Amino acid sequence: MENKIDWVSLLLYLAILLFGWLNIYAACYDEAHSAVFDFSTRHGKQLIWIGVSLVLALVITLIEPNVFSSMAYLIYIVVIGLLVVVLFIGTVTKGGLSWIDFGPFKFQPAEFAKFATALALSKYMSSLDLDYRQLRTKLIAWSFILLPAAIIILQHDTGSALVFASFLLPMYREGMSPHILVFGLVAVVLFVLALLVNKFIIIGVLAAIALFYLFVWLNKRTRKHYVWVAALFLGCSLFTVSVDFAFDKVLQPHQRDRIYVLLGKTDDKSNTGYNVNQSKIAIGSGGLFGKGFLKGTITKADFVPEQETDFIFCTVGEEWGFVGSSLLILAYIGLLFRLIRLAERQYSKFSRFYGYSVASILFLHIFINIGMVLGLLPVIGIPLPFFSYGGSSLMAFTILLFIFLRQDQARTKLM
Amino acid sequence: MSNQYQERSAVVRIIFLAIGLIFIVRLAFLQLFDSDLRRQADSQALRHITQYPARGLIYDRNGELLVYNEAVYDLKVIPKMVKRLDTNMFCSVVGISRDEFDARMRKACKYSTYSASMFMKQISKEEYASWENHLYKFRGFYVQQRTLRVYDRPIAAHVLGYIGEVNDDEIKADSYYKQGDYIGKSGLELSYEEVLRGIKGDRIMHVDVHNREIGPYLNGAHDTLAVEGGNLYTTIDANLQEYAEGLMANKRGCIVAIEPSTGEVLTLVSAPCYDPNLLVGRVRGENYLKLQQDISKPLFNRALQAQYPPGSIFKVAQAMTALSLGVIEPGQGFPCDKSLVGCHNHPSARSVQEAIKMSCNPYFYYTYRRIIQQNKYKSIYKDSPYGLTVWDDYMHRFGFGQRLGIDLPNVRSGRIPDTAFYNKKYGEGRWAFSTIYSNSIGQGEVEVVPIQMANLACIVANRGYYITPHLVRYYGPDSTRNEEFYERHETGINPAYFEIAANGMYDVVHGAGGTAHRANIPDIDVCGKTGTAQNIGDDHSVFIAFAPKTNPKIAVAVYVENARGGGGYWAAPIASLVIEKYIRGEVTRKDVERMYREAAPCQKLPLPKTVKKKKK
Repeated sequence: MENKIDWVSLLLYLAILLFGWLNIYAACYDEAHSAVFDFSTRHGKQLIWIGVSLVLALVITLIEPNVFSSMAYLIYIVVIGLLVVVLFIGTVTKGGLSWIDFGPFKFQPAEFAKFATALALSKYMSSLDLDYRQLRTKLIAWSFILLPAAIIILQHDTGSALVFASFLLPMYREGMSPHILVFGLVAVVLFVLALLVNKFIIIGVLAAIALFYLFVWLNKRTRKHYVWVAALFLGCSLFTVSVDFAFDKVLQPHQRDRIYVLLGKTDDKSNTGYNVNQSKIAIGSGGLFGKGFLKGTITKADFVPEQETDFIFCTVGEEWGFVGSSLLILAYIGLLFRLIRLAERQYSKFSRFYGYSVASILFLHIFINIGMVLGLLPVIGIPLPFFSYGGSSLMAFTILLFIFLRQDQARTKLM
Repeated sequence: MSNQYQERSAVVRIIFLAIGLIFIVRLAFLQLFDSDLRRQADSQALRHITQYPARGLIYDRNGELLVYNEAVYDLKVIPKMVKRLDTNMFCSVVGISRDEFDARMRKACKYSTYSASMFMKQISKEEYASWENHLYKFRGFYVQQRTLRVYDRPIAAHVLGYIGEVNDDEIKADSYYKQGDYIGKSGLELSYEEVLRGIKGDRIMHVDVHNREIGPYLNGAHDTLAVEGGNLYTTIDANLQEYAEGLMANKRGCIVAIEPSTGEVLTLVSAPCYDPNLLVGRVRGENYLKLQQDISKPLFNRALQAQYPPGSIFKVAQAMTALSLGVIEPGQGFPCDKSLVGCHNHPSARSVQEAIKMSCNPYFYYTYRRIIQQNKYKSIYKDSPYGLTVWDDYMHRFGFGQRLGIDLPNVRSGRIPDTAFYNKKYGEGRWAFSTIYSNSIGQGEVEVVPIQMANLACIVANRGYYITPHLVRYYGPDSTRNEEFYERHETGINPAYFEIAANGMYDVVHGAGGTAHRANIPDIDVCGKTGTAQNIGDDHSVFIAFAPKTNPKIAVAVYVENARGGGGYWAAPIASLVIEKYIRGEVTRKDVERMYREAAPCQKLPLPKTVKKKKK
């Protein structure tokens, strides 16, 4: 006996989808092409993608739920294959080599790598007799994640590759040491500080913290403490010193610029900083209730490049104001909370891990995308789930979500 | 096994929630607290296009249009937007040389490369029409319509005034004005600026990132229409004005004619006059400089700004004051004792009326002495200041020594000396009647502005009161009136005494021994009073008059500078011609008219040479 599909998630999904389409319509609105079903326009095309996505969602709910876990590795291998193919026959769009042409349509395999990896990793993590504490297990699990990420980096699509970091959360839920999350956070903080502050000051402060911890905080000190604190201090110091090297050698020039702009080290509103500055102007001019649908002066006048794709959120900010933007954020957070709740009620570990993966992938997209548009994060071009213009991403996100909703619907059958 | 680490779901939720809250707080900062972003958005996406209202028109008292507008075009340029310009073609179309183009372009670039600056000013409608069709080829250039003042009859320049571009102080003082706007600089253009200028309109266009217009912002919901300036309906009689200006040709001085019952100024001439068209358009700067440098001071409005000794016309006010104070009776006689003060040959006056007719200087010496020395104090050094204070008060009732509230700018007050003035000049207790007696005959320290002289004629014509002289009857779409121009200013002197003055002034023109028979017009009872004001250089010739004697229709003051022969010889006949022209509509005494029109009484001064506007 199967349950009904989770209608809370479904309604939030549909609401975000509809609101997203309205904003795409506004962002590429011009009086000459205002017809809703004008398929030469982007809003018209998005309508097709929405239709296709809904059909996909329906199809997924009709498939036997255990097909996904049994097909997980196969899907993963196929997508990895596609990613490799892109490296050879892909077309270059906006600096990224990540598209395959299918006649009039273009298809971005990286979008599909997300749910494929989620499926494969869930499958692996839910294998019977798996001991997560074994190094071998960890290595295999990380390989599942890093393989597609590495290929995507080769396609110069750093943003999409970054999304694979979202698997940290489901792994954490299943027992990964929380230290890894803390380390990650410390690394980001140190990275930013190293770019802004003199490195000797940072190392001095780190030393002060270490000494304080050892001789003031701790009542009893063992040798183990000394070793650990010394190791951590050395590690952090080395990391700090090597930030410049990493920054100069590993990152691309445009990535360095974006980070500098974000940190306020360069104030270049006409070049690198232009997008974010215009985006802030558009959002800021929205005020409490916004200028109203189709009335955004910045939106309509093409001041923000990429407005219907990565910068779609500033249309919300301008036309729907603080109230509309906050409601959208709350809708996203609501959907994420709902997904965590659904994941926790799964009986199978596969479903639960997959559910966490879905929530985490969506979260990282929302975090990076809105953070960028609000000028809190460097410019990283990834779409806002269910919202940005684009067929590949919308279909991939829909598949990602509905596979989980299908698992949830059949949770009593999947033990 | 499966639900190990379940508590970790809370950590995940907290991470999600924290990020959501951070975003909402950030949104609040951007959208609710940073008004600068809204301003930036508007400044880059909206373009305000000012709609200039047509300036109000000016009519004369008979509904004749004196001043109207003509469209001209300013060619403006935004240097940054000039792209692929065929400079040679541009120069030949617009009609400038290559060098001139370069110079103008440099100047524009120096001002700003991103915002519009003036390239060529005030291009006529015809000129613009000849190359309007080419304008689309010149990216970065556009025209803005402006209006210029046009005067069909070259009269009343001093009354109408002129407009000019606003200066920095005017922009600072009133936010209505922006660089390049026009503002009234003098005359009615200045005093009724707020009526005439109207209200600017604002059209807001939505522009895109390439500065192309997308369309009206919110379909024009925030646009405002320009409201045309209000018209002025003046009291000036254009025909009389033109006639009076003709009479003042080759002379320096002024004519002021007022309708006594209403205070409406019929004519206000300051000579030399100039053609108001000289101060319009591209020739304005050059002409203004020439007029300003001219030694005969054509820009100086003598009728309001010149402070002259009034001469004998002042005696009328002295007689009224003395009668009102009771220090003389209407039948008072005084001997013409030339040892006191010089006089011309005439029999002694036996009454006030005769004294006015003969303009006897000793008579008014005695009269003034009775006003100043009222024997209230033993010491004449205390008695005279007392009398002077009383006299001061009376003079102010006649409108002397104070700015008359006329609706033209920069009117002067003249001077009625008071005790403080003499104390400063001679020291307290060191002056008395004998020091100041020249005031009695309109000499000495007394100074009067011609508009006040005409006002004195009005007071006698009205037998004791005046209404502030003014030039605008009503203005604007609602025909607004200035209430203060309906208020009677009473002298507080018995009208019967003014009847005596009127009789005396009638005798001046008509009686045996009168000083102004040249002002006699057949069938019109002109009452007048001559004056010959001494000063450095030749005497000024002065005459005030009103007519007819009962129910006067017009009061006139004529002042001719440095005109030998006295008030009766120059000013009186000119005044009579003005009166005849006004009352009868035409002048029958053609010989008198010709003679005074052509005569040049004063030392010849070169009249201004100015650039004539090119005839279209």
